[in-house]
Amino acid sequence: MNTARFKRLAMGAALVGGMLLGAAMAQAEPMKVGFVYVGPVGDHGWSYQHDQGRQAIEKALGDKVQTTFVESVPEGADAERVITKLAKSGHKLIFTTSFGYMNPTIKVAKRFPKVKFEHATGYKRSKNVSTYVARFYEGRYIAGVIAGRMTKSNIIGYVASFPIPEVVRGINATLLGARSVNPNVTIKVVWVSSWYDPGKEGDAAKALIDQGADIITQHTDSPAPLQVAANRGVKGFGQASDMIKFAPKAQLTAIVDDWRNYYISRTKAVMDGTWKSSATWDGIKQGMVGMAPYTNMPAEVAKQARETEERISSGKFHPFTGPIKDQSGKVVVKSGEVLDDGKLAVMNWYVEGVEGKLPK
Amino acid sequence: MNGFDILAPAILTVITASTPLLFAATGELVTEKSGVLNLGLEGMMLVGAVIAFATASVTGSASLAIVAAAAAGAGMALLFAFLTLTLMANQVATGLALTIFGVGLSALIGADFVGYALKPLPQLDIPGLSQAPIIGPIVFGQDFLVYLSFAALIGVSWFLKRLRGGLILKAVGESHDSAHALGYSVIRIRYLATLFGGAMSGLAGAYLSLSYTPLWTEGMTAGRGWIALALVVFATWRPGRVLLGAYMFGGITILQLHAQGMGIEISSQFMAMLPYLATILVLVLISRDKTKIRLNAPACIGRMFRPAK
Repeated sequence: MNTARFKRLAMGAALVGGMLLGAAMAQAEPMKVGFVYVGPVGDHGWSYQHDQGRQAIEKALGDKVQTTFVESVPEGADAERVITKLAKSGHKLIFTTSFGYMNPTIKVAKRFPKVKFEHATGYKRSKNVSTYVARFYEGRYIAGVIAGRMTKSNIIGYVASFPIPEVVRGINATLLGARSVNPNVTIKVVWVSSWYDPGKEGDAAKALIDQGADIITQHTDSPAPLQVAANRGVKGFGQASDMIKFAPKAQLTAIVDDWRNYYISRTKAVMDGTWKSSATWDGIKQGMVGMAPYTNMPAEVAKQARETEERISSGKFHPFTGPIKDQSGKVVVKSGEVLDDGKLAVMNWYVEGVEGKLPK
Repeated sequence: MNGFDILAPAILTVITASTPLLFAATGELVTEKSGVLNLGLEGMMLVGAVIAFATASVTGSASLAIVAAAAAGAGMALLFAFLTLTLMANQVATGLALTIFGVGLSALIGADFVGYALKPLPQLDIPGLSQAPIIGPIVFGQDFLVYLSFAALIGVSWFLKRLRGGLILKAVGESHDSAHALGYSVIRIRYLATLFGGAMSGLAGAYLSLSYTPLWTEGMTAGRGWIALALVVFATWRPGRVLLGAYMFGGITILQLHAQGMGIEISSQFMAMLPYLATILVLVLISRDKTKIRLNAPACIGRMFRPAK
């Protein structure tokens, strides 16, 4: 880690790091696994959690592996160069961890058929490219249940990034969870048009609280909204990683991205030759989505949250089970039916109870 | 809910959103008035932010943290000044490099501080006054740095207009050869102006990591340095307009967030664009007098000065 940081310090680019070292030791036995991150590992969110996965591989497999990461790689042409470099320098398995790396990954994979690639959140696969993503909406539904029980104003404030299906799904899941226990809940959404801008995210949370929201939830990457909630005396949820340190008295729970098991099992699969291209969309059941401890709520609410988690995890319940109405009141999913993965993947409409119009 | 209940907290949020811009832009105004263009605001702010956060979490002293942040910003500016004023490196390239360097350096220093929170800076509390409706919390309930940002702007404005030192500084920025011929030490004055700009950027960073969002995460300035830089140009190097620009930008950013929460149906992408659009438009319109722009723009900005031996 420090190697990479010092390189960036000197060069202004987060490249090379372990790679030079790697080239010098090309004949050594440990299998090399590479990671490409879109943000800094210190974002305490998305990239941070992927790096936790990388560290878990090293911990689990010891000197049988050697991992390299390149952080803050912009999506686009630069990504292709970085991925190529990793593939060229003897990495047998490469994780590319942002949606925008999809085309570069596919392109590089064609040129290096013997290297295995794992692309997070994308949908393009090939013989040596797998995709994986987590069912975060399961966690959001549980957060919704908690929010529905905890709110007094019946307004949940949602700090959102960009109107893509992943985010819309989260908003809808939160609302469905909240309405399952409290039919009067509505959600106010504020879009900050950024994944990461602590100041603006915090300001959005302030605006929502000023307008009556007493629960703050977010789909942006910094702990700022949760911290604002804490300072204003309302409750909130952590995002991507457990953020309890930022708000010991305000975090209800956090939806934690947990890539560790997946990363370890895929690395092992490459080692023993059983790796196959696949599309993974795992949730709470497989441990890819984890819930931080249920805190700052009455025992009875925590119990209900745990029960909901258990029902989702055991497969008895799917958060998108009908009847579900859209904003116009039209029934989109009939009673007893479940929205299928294909429709979930392209969700571009709000369920009834979300305020405002979904930006196009 | 009545209008005032929304208005007062909204104005409070506007102040916090505008303060870092005001600090950084005021500092850069002085730097540019002396004829130096330092594009490294973002880097200096980040280093200021991380040093402030680190100092506050290690020593527990907010005042020490603020001083340290100003010193760190000035330290970064010193590096810039040495490269551009003494070694005659290109100012634009060096400024960009300073930003990149600041991003990396702050990440390195901050690595051990990711994931911790601080208590926000204490706010002024004058019994009676701070509790007065609406005006109370806005005028008498801010933290120290907010008052300092205004004091700095007024001070700079007064210095540039009324004081001999200010005139000399402007003379150096207008025509370094003439100033040199009159016996002023161009390089020394530019060093001081650059250091002042750096210290102010450091304070902007300190405001971010101590008060605005009391935490440290990499790249937390999220482009505010660039906005401050643009404000100086669009405000045609006039302190009053820098203030207007900073508060307009902060104000519209906050108002659009409030508008979204209230369910006003304007697309969020347009709303996100609005602060930039409106601020630039207004500043360009009120400053469209070409003669006045030429009068205010430091003629020697970005140009190297080699004292004749």
